[in-house]
Amino acid sequence: MKYLRQFGIILAVTCIGELFKYFIELPIPSSIYGLVLMLTLLKTGLIKVERVKDTGVFLIDIMPLMFIPAGVGLLLSWKQLKNMLLPVCVITIITTILVMIVSGKVTDYMIKRRKPNE
Amino acid sequence: MNNLILNSSTVGVVISILGYEIGLFLKSKYKNALLNPLLISIAFVMIFILIFHIDYDSYNESAKYLSYLLTPATVCLAIPLYQQLELLKQNFLAVFAGIIAGVLTSLGSVFILSMIFQLSHEEYVTLLPKSITTAIGMGISEELGGIVNITVAVIIITGVLGNVMAESICKLFKIKTAIAKGVAIGSSAHAVGTAKAMEMGEIEGAMSSLAIVVSGLCTTIGASVFANLR
Repeated sequence: MKYLRQFGIILAVTCIGELFKYFIELPIPSSIYGLVLMLTLLKTGLIKVERVKDTGVFLIDIMPLMFIPAGVGLLLSWKQLKNMLLPVCVITIITTILVMIVSGKVTDYMIKRRKPNE
Repeated sequence: MNNLILNSSTVGVVISILGYEIGLFLKSKYKNALLNPLLISIAFVMIFILIFHIDYDSYNESAKYLSYLLTPATVCLAIPLYQQLELLKQNFLAVFAGIIAGVLTSLGSVFILSMIFQLSHEEYVTLLPKSITTAIGMGISEELGGIVNITVAVIIITGVLGNVMAESICKLFKIKTAIAKGVAIGSSAHAVGTAKAMEMGEIEGAMSSLAIVVSGLCTTIGASVFANLR
């Protein structure tokens, strides 16, 4: 029963996130509202972390699997994609690597600057 | 075969899990970053449905239950974030500076590369939201007049690429702290990357989750500014 109850709480928060999405006309998905809401509920103590943790950890653990259908769906957009394949590939690869390096390096630098003697 | 698959409510999930298991096996056997379980499972399912002439829709008829879990799973990313809240407070400025730098780098590099490739405005705004989570990215692309299908494809490719390369990039470019690794992965490869950050450690996972939210929201504003540049 523990897991079902936890799953119920998680779905309820997700559901409220969907309501936010419905009423607020911004390109923000319900998952982001739900994430912020869940964090607020945990922080204020309205939901104790033990009440969602086991099922939550399981869902996060199997998260990579949830991207498989979307990844396989690339087969469908292939026709559109192949018209601009070269620029798309080059831009995607360069940008992804660059963003990773810059944001990581900036964060590292700022942390180091704050504690110069470490 | 197509009818058989269409009448099953589980086969798509089973094939996906099988592909993922094969990926995990290959990864543990050969320890090569390219042997990424997510990448292998996507390739495995693609090959499987192409060989047996199964429509994507038939596969997705049952595989959609995997995608269904994505929204509640994303909501659950609040849990590791909550557990690292103290660490976040101590490094607030560093984390946010890192994410903002990532957002600007993403928008800026797409802008410059689009000029080099002489892409049209439509193609340019299609690529602008490539580093952020799919649902926000789709919204931005639509609003700016991009080709939404391609935006989704590019976002997924970006995520998988980030997932595959994260560990090597952090090592190669000496991104040292767990916080910085998390920020780097979440800012560049959204939720798909975050799945990898979670494997790397709790702090990485938590910071990566935060980066999805913040970079997603900042890109919403940033992309509308950058869209006017070209």
